Amino acid sequence: MDQQTILLTLFGMMAVTHIPRVIPALALSSRDLPPVMVKWLSYVPTAVLSALLMPSLLAPKGAIDLTFNNLYFWVAVPTFAVAMYTRNFFGTVAVGMGLVAAARYFL
Amino acid sequence: MESFMNNQKIKPNSVPVSAFKQALPIILGYLPVGFAYGVLARKSGLSIDNTVIMSLIVFAGSAQFIAVGLIASGASALSVIITTFIVNLRHMLMSAALSPYLKKWSKLEIAGFTFQLTDESFAVHSTRFADGDTHKGETFLINSIAQLAWVGGTVLGIFSSTLISDVKPMGLDYALPAMFIALLIFQIKDKSHIIVGLITGLLSTALALGGAGQWNIIIATLIGATLGAAVKWGNK
Repeated sequence: MDQQTILLTLFGMMAVTHIPRVIPALALSSRDLPPVMVKWLSYVPTAVLSALLMPSLLAPKGAIDLTFNNLYFWVAVPTFAVAMYTRNFFGTVAVGMGLVAAARYFL
Repeated sequence: MESFMNNQKIKPNSVPVSAFKQALPIILGYLPVGFAYGVLARKSGLSIDNTVIMSLIVFAGSAQFIAVGLIASGASALSVIITTFIVNLRHMLMSAALSPYLKKWSKLEIAGFTFQLTDESFAVHSTRFADGDTHKGETFLINSIAQLAWVGGTVLGIFSSTLISDVKPMGLDYALPAMFIALLIFQIKDKSHIIVGLITGLLSTALALGGAGQWNIIIATLIGATLGAAVKWGNK
């Protein structure tokens, strides 16, 4: 593709990225949803965050790896604990990154 | 959850500080990832202009990496656009999930807000909104700071694309997973959330490894949320 075609492709990408982002919020925010729908939507954050996170922890290289080679998984254990017991956002992120950096430095 | 930035009572002059604090993990995550995208896009033959424009008008991490890879391999414009659509379709669910909090927003405000809706900003806002913190200015500021970090990372990547840089020694590649861990834990309100989180995560992993391509997140989320609603509804 030449740069002109790439630019046009980018506008196409913009359209297909933003239409799904904007339509549900526009269409649903102006009406009262049935309680079961509200309940369903309340589980979406938990579900989607876990769906995004878990593959990167269990199989960061595309295959399940629970050996100590998989830093992402083993660092997640104390990181989860810090999040649970401190309820502190920065603390959790700092501990996670710090442990990954430390493990790479010392191991 | 007051430790999550103490943002229930915001004084006007503390909005930028509060927004910056909440955006900080996103910044830490976006700078290195945006950097990597900038390097990759230049090495894949995109012009400097197009590399920056993609971060400005598409603003979708994983889709940008995939698109650059496809363009480098000679894919057609149509297949790049269709793949982008599939990869980003999960944002429909996020947009729907945030909609109950946007009742008092104008159409234009909603359009502006969702333009910058990413996995990471969704994670932050779903937690904030559930805590009753729907301050508009702060919401837009968080999104804009996040996108600035993304574009900034891209630009740094472009200028460093001739050098080899490794962000791994600082553990920066773990910023986003660690952020997701924190935000996932903050979502857990009762046992049903733990069940939904575990099952959805395992399902998503199984689907990803089983060849579901980019569909694993959407399929797992649909099933997981349905399961949660069914369990909760059945127990009433």
